[in-house]
Amino acid sequence: MTVKRNPLSLQLKAEDFMPATNEEKTSLVIMRESVNFWKDGLRRLRKNKIAMVSLFFILLIVVFAYILPSFWPYTYEQQVKYSENLAPFTYSEKELARIEAGEKIFPHICGTDKLGRDYAVRLMMGTRISLTVGLMCAALVLLIGATYGAVAAFAGGWVDIIMMRITDVMYTIPDILLIILLSMIIRDPLKELSTREGFLWMQKVGPNMIAIFIVFALLYWVSMARITRSQVLVLKESEYVTAARALGARNSRIIKKHLLTNCIGTLIVTTTLQIPSAIFTESYLSFLGLGVAAPMPSLGSLATDAVKGMNTYPHLLLLPAVIISVVILAFNLFGDGLRDAFDPKLKN
Amino acid sequence: MGDMSKYIVKRVLMGLLSIFVVATLTFFLMNLVPGGPFVAEKSISKAAQEALAAKYGLDKPLGQQYITYITDFLKGDMGLSLRQRGRTVADIIFSKFPVSAKLAGIAVAVALCLGIPLGCISAYTRGKLTDNIIIVLGTCGIAIPSFITSVLLLYGFGVKLNVLPTVGLNEWQAYIMPVTALSIYPTAYITRLMRSSLLDVMGQDYIRTAKAKGVSSFLILFKHALRNAILPIVTYVGPMLAYLMTGSFVVEKIFTIPGLGREFVSAITNRDYTMVMGTTIVLATLVITANVIVDILYKIIDPRIKLK
Repeated sequence: MTVKRNPLSLQLKAEDFMPATNEEKTSLVIMRESVNFWKDGLRRLRKNKIAMVSLFFILLIVVFAYILPSFWPYTYEQQVKYSENLAPFTYSEKELARIEAGEKIFPHICGTDKLGRDYAVRLMMGTRISLTVGLMCAALVLLIGATYGAVAAFAGGWVDIIMMRITDVMYTIPDILLIILLSMIIRDPLKELSTREGFLWMQKVGPNMIAIFIVFALLYWVSMARITRSQVLVLKESEYVTAARALGARNSRIIKKHLLTNCIGTLIVTTTLQIPSAIFTESYLSFLGLGVAAPMPSLGSLATDAVKGMNTYPHLLLLPAVIISVVILAFNLFGDGLRDAFDPKLKN
Repeated sequence: MGDMSKYIVKRVLMGLLSIFVVATLTFFLMNLVPGGPFVAEKSISKAAQEALAAKYGLDKPLGQQYITYITDFLKGDMGLSLRQRGRTVADIIFSKFPVSAKLAGIAVAVALCLGIPLGCISAYTRGKLTDNIIIVLGTCGIAIPSFITSVLLLYGFGVKLNVLPTVGLNEWQAYIMPVTALSIYPTAYITRLMRSSLLDVMGQDYIRTAKAKGVSSFLILFKHALRNAILPIVTYVGPMLAYLMTGSFVVEKIFTIPGLGREFVSAITNRDYTMVMGTTIVLATLVITANVIVDILYKIIDPRIKLK
């Protein structure tokens, strides 16, 4: 249908206002589902080979530490008589005699230690303790640090200045000095507290372990708080938040929909990278004799105990050393992968 | 310049405040640790213990002890060691400090001399085999705790091959293993830092301009790129010192080196209060001073950074 019109006229063309044809409509059909933040990040993460290999190792380590010990025929504190200091895959004479008699005995895959404890299961328990320390500390740091930083950024003004001055001072304090002191101090009071009514659950976790959680949480939240604060400050001033506010969005909606979703990448990455550093520090403390108490092993204390006998039993030292390195490496690489996937801005 | 001096004053005051906070925290925390300096010695009678406590002023209320300590400290007196009879804390620290400082100094030098060139090579061969090898080694160097490398070195070279001395620092060969163990982490870190920083700088406009003007790639690297890329390394010196300190606690223990780190740990286990205070303040001052100097230097070197 054409309408006659003066070619020089500035009148609107009538054809422009005709209903769209089917062909034109197809261009507006959404062919693919829109990609949201998580899907986009996960896709990038899946493409990252190093991160996926690290994830595989992390899963292996988790199975090794949390699931395998319950199926293992030995326990970490069980002392097998006459089987002290066995090399990997060997049996003591007693055990050999029992095998002769037709009994089936599970081999000591990693040998035994000087008290006749199966070393494989001790390694698993050690990994479990180290992992738990890493995970718990990361969670506590996230909780304290993110809350502190967010409150400071939201409050602004004097509150912000004072809160940030505190973190500045905390930041310059050499942490290892205070970690050593603090872990010495809260050990005994916690031990006493754990024998009281109502605190008996602490026996299960071990007072020393709780001491380590507290010390790490008290000292490592600072950088998390700084990162969260700077993120929230930037986001608070961003155009889309102003737009949302102008459209009448309430504070709760802005926090939930805009601030949290945009912060979460950074928070996840920082938390993940906190795990290996906590494991690192715990192994140091164990090495100085301030870690988790015997008979509970951690990877650091297993390595420490093996140092004295490393001439004759090097495998007792090498195994925990390799596992610590693999755990820290895997978490570091996975954290780097997460950062590249979810928070490309952070990459330097 | 007004801004600059204001910044320097502010930063120095913050540093002093931090040292004061550390000293105060340590004083009260240390006294919270159960047990006392003379409890472990069973040979001493109760009366003698009390006499000793009175002699060192430990019988007074904590607040008064604290004030006495701080005023004495400000006069330059760090007191007598409670466990190493007849020696002053300053004396012990002065005798141990050079050992740790020498070790840390060599480790810093090694880390810088290896890390910076490795980072440059890695950035220049970006994406190639050499780069990948350096990255993998760097990541491993960051992941492996120094006590593990120390112990493995000790086992390999000291025990199995028996080519290097395992105890003390009496000959130059004895430095090899402790320095290696201490410098692996900072070397790896500097390599990574240098690589990313150089890659960042090489993408800048002024490098492209220099290239377009026909400046040789040698001159570009040394005259334009390296100068700017080295800035982040300067800021890392402070944290590196702190790291070397923590590393030295363990490394000194493994290689039985009579340094300050070992002294600190044994002072805590012995409840040698004055020693704990002395070593903490000295070590904290060291790290905090390094951080303050680095912060100020950084602002001077890089005028692009806004003074706040």
